[in-house]
Amino acid sequence: MTTPVVSMSNINFHYGSRKVLDNINFEIPDGAFMGLVGPNGGGKTTLIRLILGLEKPETGEIMVFGQPIQKLKNKDRIGFVSQKANSFNKGFPATVYEVVASGLTAQLGYFRFLSKKDKQKIHEAIAQVGMTEYTKQNIGDLSGGQQQRIFIARALVSDPELIILDEPTVGIDYENVKRFYELLYKLSTEYKKTLLLVTHDTGTMTQYATDIVCLNKTMHFHGNPDEYASLTEADFSQIYGHPVSLVTH
Amino acid sequence: MLLDFLTYPFLRYTFLTGILIGIIAPLLGTFIVVRRQSLIADALSHVTLAGISFGLMAEKKYGWVISPIYSGMVFSVIGSIFIEKLRTVYKAYQEISIPIILSAGVGLSVIFISIADGFNTDLFNYLFGSVSAVTINDFYVISGVAAFVLVIIWLFFKELFTMSFDEEQATIAGLHVKWINMLFIILTALVIAASIRIVGVLLVSALMTLPVAASMRIAKGFKQMIFLSILFGEIAVIFGIISGYYLDIPPGGTIVMTSLFILLVAIGIKKIRK
Repeated sequence: MTTPVVSMSNINFHYGSRKVLDNINFEIPDGAFMGLVGPNGGGKTTLIRLILGLEKPETGEIMVFGQPIQKLKNKDRIGFVSQKANSFNKGFPATVYEVVASGLTAQLGYFRFLSKKDKQKIHEAIAQVGMTEYTKQNIGDLSGGQQQRIFIARALVSDPELIILDEPTVGIDYENVKRFYELLYKLSTEYKKTLLLVTHDTGTMTQYATDIVCLNKTMHFHGNPDEYASLTEADFSQIYGHPVSLVTH
Repeated sequence: MLLDFLTYPFLRYTFLTGILIGIIAPLLGTFIVVRRQSLIADALSHVTLAGISFGLMAEKKYGWVISPIYSGMVFSVIGSIFIEKLRTVYKAYQEISIPIILSAGVGLSVIFISIADGFNTDLFNYLFGSVSAVTINDFYVISGVAAFVLVIIWLFFKELFTMSFDEEQATIAGLHVKWINMLFIILTALVIAASIRIVGVLLVSALMTLPVAASMRIAKGFKQMIFLSILFGEIAVIFGIISGYYLDIPPGGTIVMTSLFILLVAIGIKKIRK
């Protein structure tokens, strides 16, 4: 049995007096495309910050690639696309190439410069997300959907094994969201990346994900899309803490 | 027109120092502006004034001969460390560090000037810059600062770019964000202290921000923005020093007005392109 990419056991976390995560135990298997859903304030972003090592849990242990996250040396094995990515400084005059190149900074290390091979990797990452023709454009001049693709390319350029995406489709129109999911699906199936996607867009996500987790302070559900689809309005009302009506499109 | 600058050594040193400052001030300014920290230069220039006042006071009152450029640099570097520390103390209100340090700088300056019962040296030169204030010693110190700044920026360029574009991403990737921020702000402090001889306390931040504001309007990419910022900075410094000398106006004023003119042209070009 392969080591899970992420493993969390007995995780508790508070912000001040407010309990955000209560005894979380779960694993992300190698190669999974996991969707993480739940209400606002349910602890999804906190869970991600813990996996990334930006916060420390009060209790429990977080293992990433079999090592405690705080001791993980090759952090470039994790790619991250932030919720804030679409609210970055649009006036920042950086080209698509420069932004994607910044994804290699940590992997290269201090006092090292981009080699020919690194430059090739940058072009490949841009091509992977279908944005080659925009390489020399300033990122601020692109649409929201295109910018998100560039942030995916930045996460991909260091060839990470795990990619974490925190609500990457907020503010993007339906057509671009669909293309975005197709790209993630390709990364999962063709490039064998392990993906953890935080989203509210459960309808589209269930078409592509292999695992779904519902989080509202505690873990309410962990199963495959078929099992998720069989949840009733009563189940969702319990998870979300208020009455929920299911809408499909 | 350039003959005087080639003939008289003091003008030559001013001119060469100006050229160096025209490179390093907009270079650091590029990072400062994109990180939305433009006012840091103002805070540090006022702390530098406190250092200069301290140096002048120490000489007048106690006979200690401390070059104001050294005391200015020491105060500026200490001020920069305090700014960085305050930014971590007030994480949600990081900009509050600027008025705190700026007012501390002005307050200390007033105290030192009062203790010294005013200065024989014309403080006006330090406020608005001077074409005749640069000594050969200043030139050597500023050359050293410029070389140090260029080497550090060259070595840490990719880290500074990554942090400037997305500091959270840089932290996640495992970069030593805290230490690189500290190094950068110390560099900024040194450049400000070095620039004050020519541009003056009150106008040094303009040389770090106006050329960047102009290049930002028309640049394609970050490296091009740096190149254009330095080009605009050099034009402003060279034209400002020469015109300041012949018009008998402090060069700080003429440098800033030239920068402002370039900025207006850049805004105009952007509008025409649209």
